Amino acid sequence: MTAPLLDVRGLKKHFPIAKGLFHRVTGHVRAVDDVSFTVQEGEALGLVGESGCGKTTTARCILRAIDPTEGSILYRMRDDSVVDLAPMSVGELGPLRKEIQMIFQDPFGSLNPRMTLFDNVGEPLLVNGMRRRRERMDRVAELLRLVGLRPEFMHRFPHAFSGGQRQRIGIARALATGPRLVVADEPVSALDVSVQAQVLNLLLELQSRLRLTFLFVAHDLSVVRHICDRVAVMYVGQLVELAPTDAVFRRPRHPYTAALMRAVPVPDPRVPGSDAILKGEVPSPASPPSGCYFHPRCMFAEERCRQDAPLLQEVTPGHFARCHFAGELQLGTGQAA
Amino acid sequence: MPPIPTVTDPLLRVRDLRVSFRLDEGTVRAVDGVSFDVFPGQVVGIVGESGCGKSVTMRAVLQLIDPPGRITGGEILYRRGATPIDLTRLSPRGRLMRDLRGAEIALIPQEPMAAFSPVHTVGAQIIEAIMLHERVGRDEARARTVELFRDVGISMAESRIDAYSWQLSGGLRQRAMIAMALSCKPRLLIADEPTTAIDVTTQAQILALLRELQRKYDTAIIFITHDLGVIAQMANYVVVMYLGRIMEEGPVDEIFHAPLHPYTRALLRSIPSLNSETRTVLPVIAGALPHPFNRPPGCPFHPRCGDILGDRCATAVPALHALGPRRAVSCFLHSELAEPA
Repeated sequence: MTAPLLDVRGLKKHFPIAKGLFHRVTGHVRAVDDVSFTVQEGEALGLVGESGCGKTTTARCILRAIDPTEGSILYRMRDDSVVDLAPMSVGELGPLRKEIQMIFQDPFGSLNPRMTLFDNVGEPLLVNGMRRRRERMDRVAELLRLVGLRPEFMHRFPHAFSGGQRQRIGIARALATGPRLVVADEPVSALDVSVQAQVLNLLLELQSRLRLTFLFVAHDLSVVRHICDRVAVMYVGQLVELAPTDAVFRRPRHPYTAALMRAVPVPDPRVPGSDAILKGEVPSPASPPSGCYFHPRCMFAEERCRQDAPLLQEVTPGHFARCHFAGELQLGTGQAA
Repeated sequence: MPPIPTVTDPLLRVRDLRVSFRLDEGTVRAVDGVSFDVFPGQVVGIVGESGCGKSVTMRAVLQLIDPPGRITGGEILYRRGATPIDLTRLSPRGRLMRDLRGAEIALIPQEPMAAFSPVHTVGAQIIEAIMLHERVGRDEARARTVELFRDVGISMAESRIDAYSWQLSGGLRQRAMIAMALSCKPRLLIADEPTTAIDVTTQAQILALLRELQRKYDTAIIFITHDLGVIAQMANYVVVMYLGRIMEEGPVDEIFHAPLHPYTRALLRSIPSLNSETRTVLPVIAGALPHPFNRPPGCPFHPRCGDILGDRCATAVPALHALGPRRAVSCFLHSELAEPA
């Protein structure tokens, strides 16, 4: 097996909490706390969790939109040499930017309303040295066709397009430089239900056609189930479960993952809602609980969970969970139809 | 629709409601002939995508349509005592409407952060609402607020009522909002996407709470959402809307297991589920939601419909046709009935 395209090791991002007149640092929000995972070339990895779990911060560290506190982000180049993105300076990152691109959540905020589609989609090309306008026009036309829009649209402005179409434009722009790794942060959560499926199908098609590697950040488990090969579940800055999609959905090994699945309302009135509802709230990453971070809300918690922090252990080949009892628990997902 | 024979009379009866917004660019018919009933103790779910008129319908019930919007037709009959009152005839700022709003018909808005005042404590705002509608002193109102906070599952209720909304987490804020909506024991509760802005495990808590409170107080609820999963779990009766019109309505089981309208069927097929196969192509609804100014003639769904019957769908507007006492659909596949041109 070849080396993974992306290999994140021990990634940490701590934000200081400053107080008082002199901004004395009184503590740290451990937004991302020792996260490690790999992404193979051509794979789609889903990063899921609730707000504040650190999934977006992890993605932003990988994009180097923010500086990680610790850890390494190993990226395999086209010539198979491996570089660490974490310590790189802005100058060093420059040539890598076209390799790693992002699709944003909000199709209304992420396009410049004063620029035509040609300028919006063509800007990354210009920045990366495609100076001739003619050449850029050809490439933009090709990109628009690729995402299912008519090339004639390139001289219009974003306001003329619906949410779904704008998301297509955002995807075209992300693909402009021919990236290998695409980070998609909640790419369909702002879209209407009837257009979500179109954009999901487009992403699937593009991925197999262009052999893209996806890091898919989402809170919606059904979307992740649909599009990802593997899923990583985060809770309070840590990975709690990492496994192939089918394995996670068939038999989750961490009680939090199971609770997350049970909480998704089933679109079938004949399937009764689950009674085993997770109590309490997500703890603050500034002062997480002792032992297992999930123990105050876990219905299986025992004395040991209050004291010992569990490690991410391999339960079955390729299936990791951060729970002392990962091998023993029989967890239901409440999704049987 | 013909009168529907039932054991009890509906609490709310909306008939052919029309709301338009007159703008410089043209008139937007946000709600275009909507009719449905809400019975006491029933949960009616209204589903639809953005621009379908679900929120405007509810604002019309509360008489909260701001200019340039205007109710241009229809009636909203609210049963109070022996004779129903037509809410569309009441002055939005008049005495009677102000008495009803909050006391008998209450609203849980989508974004509790925007609905609470940031400069007053949440408790003060609820106490004010109670004292406005009922003849009680401040101490009693405060005691009732603490009681309500316990009811909606807020721990440390005595101290939390003196918190400001921005000091509470999203889930607690929505619980406080529910406490406020229930403070005067309303007969009709309108929940406008109450869980859209919160996380899925918190959503499960809030939905369970609403179900429990609904049983306890036997309140009628109109539940507005775009999430079919939430509708399936919450509603007894479902109204499906698209571009200001009702596509279909009926008991929840029939909507999910025997949908009649092509829009409902396509919508149900296109949502990814936790049981779906990984990396398969989802059936899609072609096209996009039209812009409100470019409303298609004929059936609003015809440009995206897979079962189109030719010219008729593009020229005539199908009327909402009652198929049974509590089942109606507006589609030429099921009834020839058209709206008068």
